[in-house]
Amino acid sequence: MKHETIPGATSAAVRSRLSAEGTEPVKSPYLQIENVWKTFGDFAALKGISLSIQEGEFVCFLGPSGCGKTTLLRAVAGLDLQTRGTIHQGGKDISVLPPSQRDYGIVFQSYALFPNLTIEKNVAFGLENTRRSKAEIAQRVAELLDLVGLASQARKYPAQLSGGQQQRIALARAIAISPGLLLLDEPLSALDAKVRVHLRHEIKNLQRKLGVTTIMVTHDQEEALAMADRIVVMNHGVIEQVGTPTEVYREPASLFVADFIGETNQFPAKVLSGGKVALTGTELACAPHGCATGTPVTAVIRPVDVIPHRDGTRTPGTSDAVATTDNLIDVDVREMEFLGGFWRTRLASPRFGDGLLVADFSINAVRRLDIAEGSAMSVELPRDRVLVFPERAA
Amino acid sequence: MGNTIMTTYRAAALAAFATALSASAAFAQTELTVYTSIEAVDLDRYKQTFEAANPDIKVNWVRDSTGVMTAKLLAEKDNPQADVVWGVAATSLLLLKSEGMLEPYAPAGVEKLDPKFVDSSTPPSWVGMDAYVAALCYNTIEAEKLGLTPPKSWKDLTKPEYKGHVVMPNPNSSGTGFLDVSAWIQMFGEDDAWAFMDGLHENIAAYTHSGSKPCKMAAAGETVIGVSFEFPGANAKKAGAPIDIIFPEEGSGWEAEATAIIAGTANLEAAQKLVDWSITKEANEMYNVGYAVVAYPGIAKPVEHLPEDIPSKMIENDFEWAANNRKAILAEWQKRYDAKSEPKG
Amino acid sequence: MTAATLEIPRGRALRTRVSGDDLVKRGLMVVISLYLLVALAAPLYVLLSKSVSTYEFDLTAFELQRSDESATTWSEPKTVATLNEEVGSVITPDQLNTGSDGRLSLTDLYPDFSFRSPVMYRIRGTSDDAAYLVGSELHRGTEWLELDSNTFRRVVIRPSASLGLDNFVAYFSTPALAQSIANSVLMGVISTVLVISIAFGLAYALNRSCMPLKGFFRLVTTIPILVPSLLPGIALVYLFGNQGLLKGLMMGHSIYGPIGIVIGSVFFTLPHALLIISTALSVADQRHYEAAQSLRSSPWRTFWTVTVPGARYGIISAAFVVFTLVITDFGLPKVIGGQYNVLAVDIYKQVIGQQNFEMGAVVAVLLLVPAVAAFFVDSAIRKRQVALLSARSVPYQPKPDRGFDTACFVYCSAVALFILMMIGVCQFAATVKFWPYDLTPSLNNFRFDLMDGGGWGAYYNSIVMALLTAVFGTIIVFVGAYMVEKTDGFAAGRTLFQFLAMLPMAVPGMVLGLSFIFFFNDPANPFNAIYGTMAILVVSTVTHFYTVSHLTALTALNQMDREFEPVAASLKQPFHRLFFRVTVPVSLPAILDISIYLFVNAMTTVSAVVFLYSTQTQLASVAVLNMDDAGDIAPAAAMGMMIFYTNVAARLLHGIVSRLLLKRSQAWRQR
Repeated sequence: MKHETIPGATSAAVRSRLSAEGTEPVKSPYLQIENVWKTFGDFAALKGISLSIQEGEFVCFLGPSGCGKTTLLRAVAGLDLQTRGTIHQGGKDISVLPPSQRDYGIVFQSYALFPNLTIEKNVAFGLENTRRSKAEIAQRVAELLDLVGLASQARKYPAQLSGGQQQRIALARAIAISPGLLLLDEPLSALDAKVRVHLRHEIKNLQRKLGVTTIMVTHDQEEALAMADRIVVMNHGVIEQVGTPTEVYREPASLFVADFIGETNQFPAKVLSGGKVALTGTELACAPHGCATGTPVTAVIRPVDVIPHRDGTRTPGTSDAVATTDNLIDVDVREMEFLGGFWRTRLASPRFGDGLLVADFSINAVRRLDIAEGSAMSVELPRDRVLVFPERAA
Repeated sequence: MGNTIMTTYRAAALAAFATALSASAAFAQTELTVYTSIEAVDLDRYKQTFEAANPDIKVNWVRDSTGVMTAKLLAEKDNPQADVVWGVAATSLLLLKSEGMLEPYAPAGVEKLDPKFVDSSTPPSWVGMDAYVAALCYNTIEAEKLGLTPPKSWKDLTKPEYKGHVVMPNPNSSGTGFLDVSAWIQMFGEDDAWAFMDGLHENIAAYTHSGSKPCKMAAAGETVIGVSFEFPGANAKKAGAPIDIIFPEEGSGWEAEATAIIAGTANLEAAQKLVDWSITKEANEMYNVGYAVVAYPGIAKPVEHLPEDIPSKMIENDFEWAANNRKAILAEWQKRYDAKSEPKG
Repeated sequence: MTAATLEIPRGRALRTRVSGDDLVKRGLMVVISLYLLVALAAPLYVLLSKSVSTYEFDLTAFELQRSDESATTWSEPKTVATLNEEVGSVITPDQLNTGSDGRLSLTDLYPDFSFRSPVMYRIRGTSDDAAYLVGSELHRGTEWLELDSNTFRRVVIRPSASLGLDNFVAYFSTPALAQSIANSVLMGVISTVLVISIAFGLAYALNRSCMPLKGFFRLVTTIPILVPSLLPGIALVYLFGNQGLLKGLMMGHSIYGPIGIVIGSVFFTLPHALLIISTALSVADQRHYEAAQSLRSSPWRTFWTVTVPGARYGIISAAFVVFTLVITDFGLPKVIGGQYNVLAVDIYKQVIGQQNFEMGAVVAVLLLVPAVAAFFVDSAIRKRQVALLSARSVPYQPKPDRGFDTACFVYCSAVALFILMMIGVCQFAATVKFWPYDLTPSLNNFRFDLMDGGGWGAYYNSIVMALLTAVFGTIIVFVGAYMVEKTDGFAAGRTLFQFLAMLPMAVPGMVLGLSFIFFFNDPANPFNAIYGTMAILVVSTVTHFYTVSHLTALTALNQMDREFEPVAASLKQPFHRLFFRVTVPVSLPAILDISIYLFVNAMTTVSAVVFLYSTQTQLASVAVLNMDDAGDIAPAAAMGMMIFYTNVAARLLHGIVSRLLLKRSQAWRQR
């Protein structure tokens, strides 16, 4: 890998990439993106993106709209060429190749099915013109339609199918030519929630079955967490973090990542010595971090990580054996909201100042501990789940 | 000029190529591109009669009205497409002559023609075929309804009783209109002619774009008096129009239809043959079918609905004077009458 | 943020390696751009330069010598300029500006000149280019030519060419010509106001009432598009001329002139205005009316506060379209305008009547000004209207209202009657023996071969021309629009192309035709060969009607998924496979619309082709003009009706073919 040329490269993005690479087995990556920039006039949509993807991996580009994820995908596809930087696929430099000379299949949000061709003609589109016999093509189309479970619809036109069915046809068309790389551009966002969840699994299973290296662009964190082998979190044209779903969820590399993926409680704080931070009204023990004593930081804890206790005592039966009770706080339950799988509570304490702590408790815990609106209780903020980031909360 | 030489050279080369092609196709038949303004009905008759007499030459007509044809010829000044013009107004041919576009040629037998049908230069640049003569078409039915009496002279047309009942061609767009105006100036003298036209203008219902239209309008009752020429009058009468054709007693302006060779033609020999033939007695008899006056004296037979003595009504027409003063006359005419062409209530 | 400290590496921006496909696409775009350059931009440039090319008598270019009465001793040679000064400028400076056919006599330089005198004269040019005539004999060059007094009388000098705005000065100082500007504008304004009012009423009735026979009225109001603009002129002659059926209605006024122009203009521009305003009214939002109703607004107030503002962009747009059509139309004022001069007819008169090409070019440039202005205003409005159209709204559903519906029906019937009467009277006049004296039925007027204008050959030529225009025009327009809409990169080329494609809308047909003469009739032009052929007619017609066709194609392509091309590329399919298998079939309705639009307009157009046809390529629409010009009005009406029938047949055929094709290739449209 070429050496980094960005001066002062101390961003979270770079840190996380280096650490991510450190854990990869030594194997040359299938897709290698190096220092890719994309500018539109003075605006930089991509700022020095470098990324390696292994063969067979399912990678999600995740981020808010405008973060550059689609731009990066289109650069990989050759549809909007990057301004600077190189891209290698399978050891071959594809940086400036036109789309037709690259090796990928693509599925768009709009499906882009040819409306005047039948389902089988759509799927066969990429197979014709390739010295395959008609019988071969017909067989391959039948296989593909079987694979996506739509063999019975072969003679229909796209407009006669449902959105989910159309999406599966688009997928079948993209993989018909057995591409080395499958690109999915927000493939599920035009679908109903239920269909979306269903198709998630289908796409993931299909990808596993075919073993095709896949990049999916999405702004839906749930989708990314459920489907990806690795998630590339992007913001403002830089990579914030690369990691497995659990990594980016449990160990966010930046406040942005923590904030974007999952729910957080965020408190302005100041670093104290001895592994502690000071909030407005209290001190908390926290996970290890690299910030110097006295610097202003943001302390973050996820609602699901808050452990409920009955008035100052540990909840019986919890296996969590934390010796210290530093982070044990007495609270009043201000609000409770039933969200189906769990209860979301808003907890007040003088130690949080005017702020409320959001905590998610299981239905079991609520029943067992008799938690109700207006009741008093205590909660523990496990030290290793109290994360500290140098930035100020937005 | 170099440009002209190049053009001529290229034209000659092209023509040689074309000739070679046609020579291999048919045996040595020369094709002539002939520009003309003769009536559409006459085209085939003229072509067949000529080709019967000259089997080795084929005529390819390019026909349009006099104004358009003249414009086309002038536009092609530097790159002439025609070999011969046959049946275009002499005044137009004089314009071409002054641009150096005509090849002077004295056809065999030119001395037999009435001299006013031959260009004044020697050798002449054009030779005439026939003439059309200014005349009035007078709708008797409409006149009767309005209680009008037929005019006898040009000057009669200024009488108040004809107010709004006279139509004449606009000299700025019609050759016939110009020949009327130029004849009036030649007949009456400049001052009297303009005074006459001032009076006439008061009675004019419309100035048309074409010379035959006033007569056809009279024939259809759209107007009572159409200032036009004799030929459309005779035709309209044949078709059943209730009109009389009147030749004003002061005399009539006229225009010759004429033939000329375009300078630089690659088919000079064939072109000369055509011009030779165009002034023969045989050709003039052919013209006589439609035209009462032809260039070959003494052979004209009367045309139906037209008097026999038309030549006596024709004034001495100075084509050269007309051509050289054309611009000034038209400008004056436009200044006097076009600006006042406001809608009349 | 740390990202701010990142810096882009130096170097040039990457560019995609050009694939074979890209080369083909760019090649095609270059070809079509070149087409528009050659068929539009270059001729217009030549036209503009022609309008500033002037002719001036150069008095220093000629030298004269005069002998005494014995014809032996000669005066010193002097230039005409010097002589003119000596005699106190008898040749005035304003005499020096002239046209290409200007002539100037020299006898005034000698106050004592007499053509009977034995005095001899010598003349020569001071350069090889100086030209003068003796009689009508052309002379050039520096050789002395000796002439007697009587011949010297016949000497005129010819002007030399130069550049300047003198033509424009001459134009504006000729009252008859300058008056045309005022006349044209007046006709444009009056016709526009009338047409917009009438069309608004029609559109309102068609969209907002529940009257019966809406389909019939829609059909009848498109009739004027199917005939040349000359035909309403002819119809008006038959209706209101001196022998007109309804002459009494004129109350002594003449139909020849502004009244005729206005009525005829209303007839032929009505469908255009109706289409635009109808579209604007049809997108009205039901919710606005419900709101107005709930506020107890009176119908009259609702009309002025909801309906009119909602359609205002449509009205403005239609007004500009109508205004441009009226002032650039040439056929109608030519037939019915009488002595009322307008700009479009002036071009014709200058070019065809007087062979004054420079002055024709001047008028053409003047005609270009309002057309271009209208074009820019209109395109600015269009942009705003798009936003209006794309707003989500609930379509308005009219409710039956007896009184209102009856009023609408009566109004529409009156308009339809007017249109049918105009067509009907032409049909009647075309099939009688000799209007108005012998009304027995006869087909004599259809014996076109006996008339000026090209006969039946012209009619067949028109059909050939219209077919060629439809076929080639559709191909060029659609491929061009595809390149603009669906090509990546090459942005500068696409912008230029788009500009060129929009330009024809701002160029009146006469201006285009005239510029074609100047451009293509130049022997140095490599395209000179197409002059006088069918090809130049097709090229001019395609160019003249390019913009609307282009916009139709763009709209159709715009509705197509932008990702088709990337998908096809990812599937390693060349673009032409996608183009022929998907793009063309999906756009088929638009393609058919473009071809019928081109066909119908090619059949009816006069202005663009009137300067360009040759004897072998006479056209039916021009034949109508020429026959009317020659006074053969009934045959002109007959030919006009032939064009009408042909266009009706073409429309029917188009309808049938569309339906068949759609059934086969657009099965996917039905769910």
